[in-house]
Amino acid sequence: MALDSKTGTAPRDFKIIGTRPARPDGIDKVTGRARFGADMSAPGMLVGRVLRSPHAHARIKSIDSSAAEALSGVHAVVTRADFPTPEADVADILDNCMAGEKALYDGHAVAAVAAASAAVARQALKLIKVEYEPLPHVIDVDAAMASGAPALHEGRANETVPKGHSPNVMARHAFGHGDIDAGLAQADRVLERSYRTEATHQGYIEPHACLASMGADGQADLWCCTQGHYMVRNTCAAILGITQGQLRVTASEIGGGFGGKTTVFLEPVALMLAKKTGRPVKMVMSRAEVLRATGPTASSSVDIRLGMTSEGRITAGFAELRYQGGAYPGAPVDMGAMSAFAPYDLENVRTIGWDVVTNRPKAAAYRAPGAPMAAFAVESAIDELARDLGLDPLEVRLKNAAREGTRASYGPTYPAIGLEATLRTARDHPHWSAPLGPNQGRGVACGFWFNFGGDTCVSLNITPDGTVNLSEGNPDIGGSRASMSMMAAEELGIPYDKVRTVIADTGSLGQNEVTDGSRVTFAVGLATIEAARAAKREMCKRAAQVWGIDEEAVIWEDGAARPSGPNAGEHPPMTLAEIAAIASNTGGPIAGHHEVNAEGAGVSFATHMVDTEVDPDTGAVTILRYTVFQDAGKAVHPSYVEGQFQGGSVQGIGWALNEEYIYDDDGILQNAGFLDYRIPVASDLPMIDTVILEIPNPGHPYGVRGVGETSIVPPLAAIANAVSASIGTRMNDLPMSPPKVLAAIQAR
Amino acid sequence: MQYHAPTSIDDALRLLAAKDGNCQILAGGTDLLVRLHSETGDDPESILDIKRIDELRAITPEAGGWRIGAAVSGAEMGEHAGLVADWPGVVEAMNLIGSTQIQGRATLAGNLCNASPAADSVPAMVAAGAMARIAGPEGARDIPVAEVPTAPGRTSLGKAEFITSIHLPARPEGGGDAYLRFIPRSEMDIAVVGCGVALTLDEAGICNAARVSLGAVGPVVMLVEAGAEALIGTAVDDAALDALASVCSDAASPIDDKRGTVAFRTHVAGVLARRAASIARTRAGGAS
Repeated sequence: MALDSKTGTAPRDFKIIGTRPARPDGIDKVTGRARFGADMSAPGMLVGRVLRSPHAHARIKSIDSSAAEALSGVHAVVTRADFPTPEADVADILDNCMAGEKALYDGHAVAAVAAASAAVARQALKLIKVEYEPLPHVIDVDAAMASGAPALHEGRANETVPKGHSPNVMARHAFGHGDIDAGLAQADRVLERSYRTEATHQGYIEPHACLASMGADGQADLWCCTQGHYMVRNTCAAILGITQGQLRVTASEIGGGFGGKTTVFLEPVALMLAKKTGRPVKMVMSRAEVLRATGPTASSSVDIRLGMTSEGRITAGFAELRYQGGAYPGAPVDMGAMSAFAPYDLENVRTIGWDVVTNRPKAAAYRAPGAPMAAFAVESAIDELARDLGLDPLEVRLKNAAREGTRASYGPTYPAIGLEATLRTARDHPHWSAPLGPNQGRGVACGFWFNFGGDTCVSLNITPDGTVNLSEGNPDIGGSRASMSMMAAEELGIPYDKVRTVIADTGSLGQNEVTDGSRVTFAVGLATIEAARAAKREMCKRAAQVWGIDEEAVIWEDGAARPSGPNAGEHPPMTLAEIAAIASNTGGPIAGHHEVNAEGAGVSFATHMVDTEVDPDTGAVTILRYTVFQDAGKAVHPSYVEGQFQGGSVQGIGWALNEEYIYDDDGILQNAGFLDYRIPVASDLPMIDTVILEIPNPGHPYGVRGVGETSIVPPLAAIANAVSASIGTRMNDLPMSPPKVLAAIQAR
Repeated sequence: MQYHAPTSIDDALRLLAAKDGNCQILAGGTDLLVRLHSETGDDPESILDIKRIDELRAITPEAGGWRIGAAVSGAEMGEHAGLVADWPGVVEAMNLIGSTQIQGRATLAGNLCNASPAADSVPAMVAAGAMARIAGPEGARDIPVAEVPTAPGRTSLGKAEFITSIHLPARPEGGGDAYLRFIPRSEMDIAVVGCGVALTLDEAGICNAARVSLGAVGPVVMLVEAGAEALIGTAVDDAALDALASVCSDAASPIDDKRGTVAFRTHVAGVLARRAASIARTRAGGAS
């Protein structure tokens, strides 16, 4: 049978791809029937709660849980002593879930209790006596790198760190090519600037929650809110010392993740409490726990050197990036250093990234981890230099834009990419030429993200009545069940509502990577299409069998097997439903499946444009107008692509204007709640306009590129450029909260 | 924990007097329930819900002004045409608190008794000259709203007392009021600075009475006497507004905290006073 080429991206007419059907999980979510992490219960269930460190940095000298254990209704207390010694690859993860020798940040878990009720559990926590020896702490990345800074760990720096650095420096990453000094010598003007961003939380609306049980035979089940239940299975099995096959993990519906649910926090603790009590244990975090102890992103301190000719050609770009990633190694500074100059075609480019630990919660991934801070610095510097030289900042970006064949600053050579298309579309958009009033300014910035594929496994089963069940292993955060159903329906030639897609548990499919890296629509979509093609091959075979002709003489078209070719003979087409109805008599049930480590994800670029107005008396910033131009490869469900563009922009607006972690002098977090950790509310935002561009990704059968992350990369700089234009002075420190903006106006 | 829902003020007072331990009054619960959910602090031994007391649920005309029961929600105030016409600043201040959902629960008296220096309705009530009626074992007494909070989280009320209503006086001829707050977002936030202004203009457009109050720039909401002096005898023109801004910034004695800096709050106290006075002047029938 004839099939599309796996890498074919020739324009084709889609029937379903590109339309906007209702999402299959929508009704459940608006009626409250959908089950999230905290919505599962089990007979005999206990309530688990965590005792957390009140110190930013302290040695744990002793833990006495005898009084808590003696309290009526308390079934077990666990501490680090209950866990086996971990293998190196999960040692930090376990230490973050349950502190060992030291509490490394305010909110670090030190013990947990399982009790008959929440009230008893809360009382029990007060009865656990922890003897701490408080230690000096460090919160700021530059302070943590200074000599003599309080050290969190000793001897953990990797071999990339030159001798003589603070023990808080964990790794050094370097990328680039060419000769920076020679490039700067060719410049008509050189800019040197420093930039800072604060840590921000992913701000997902659903707190972490799980329900764990473990039988006397060691078979365990876990229900949890996560971006990747296979990751949860593998990590928890390693921490508890059980096999992956013994632990079945089911993902709940997920109320947002944005990267923050790509690791474990409660899950190993709940399993250990379940093991110790022999009862199911449910754990749900409060919002304060989420903010104190789960992953924010890194804060950053970045130095830029940039050279430009008077015509706007960038002759050299250098960035030194320092990110603190909380209490353990792994700040996403490598990604920052790789992505900083990725949108530009530069002869001389170099970036150095420093991974630094501090007494803060361990950073977790956050939407394009590491890239927004780097883009903030680079895109601010380009803007300032362009304006200083009297050049149009959008034209300067076009002049330097990476294109097909450009050697990227981080190494590879680009295939077909969409950056120039986003810039040209932005330049020609009415937003770019709209008039501005007093105290108003306009900013633009570009952004890049790598995108990812990875291990993926789907199973497509045809029911006897001719409908289709698609099982995939990636929690649906952004409408992916709708997109998978659409791709399966497109490929099979059947209506969208004939396909139901479910997120299978870890016992039902092979390994699946986490829902991250903007990978799902690309990789799971690719596997879905291949699984549908396998099912089509089987259905063509069954039809050939019925007609008594060769399989090769049957094609699949418009949802039916049809005879094709000179010797096929005349046979009426057999629809999917007709073939399904007689499957039992033609060889048994029909299914298709596909397992792959998907490659060819296709990088993604965007240009953002924003207008701001600043109240000159208070420094308050209003976002007046915002337009996103981004390459989606092929938009499977345009509404959800637009939603990703808008969501990333809004998170970027929060990061740029008001979101920050505020610590007191003792290293205690002061704003562990949504009142004072200020994500934008709806009335803070204009409607975010979106323009979807489609430059097909050669690595996907329909040309799809991931779209979820790139949209948070440009906003920090785009808004800083707009605010700087509004007030006539540069804003190089985020967030641009009213006190900072007012101080800048007054210092003007 | 015990829960009581008496249906009369007398029953409520009897229950309150009989309690030895920590008993908390529940009206809308928008502060109390949040405290009950917090992981620190001790739960009260009993909760006394005053929402079943009918007379606490009403807005009634009295002495040309309005008596607002302690269990009247912000949403009910916002829908009361007479109250909105007389004291738009007070109603706007109350309606700034929280979300639509919170507005269905939150009360003026509760906002006062929570005793936050950043409470939005309090500067507006202080500017309006509102009185709180307090029920207690010795009978009812009326005190100026400004005398209720004594420090952050503390009030002048006795253990067996609670507020049953707030009285807003008759709106004077040529009177107008306004409240403005500064928040980093556009809603769902807490005042970094708040300012209430109530003033009256004579027939010539000259201010003959004024009250100016500031919130979130000291341990309790403050009445700024110098603010009134800056306005009285003027046409509330630019010069008067400049003087007002200056004295309000001088009067502010804020702290640095997670919500703002001393320098920012001091400056913005003046900015808000100027803007609020300008709105109040317009509402009083003066030049806009």
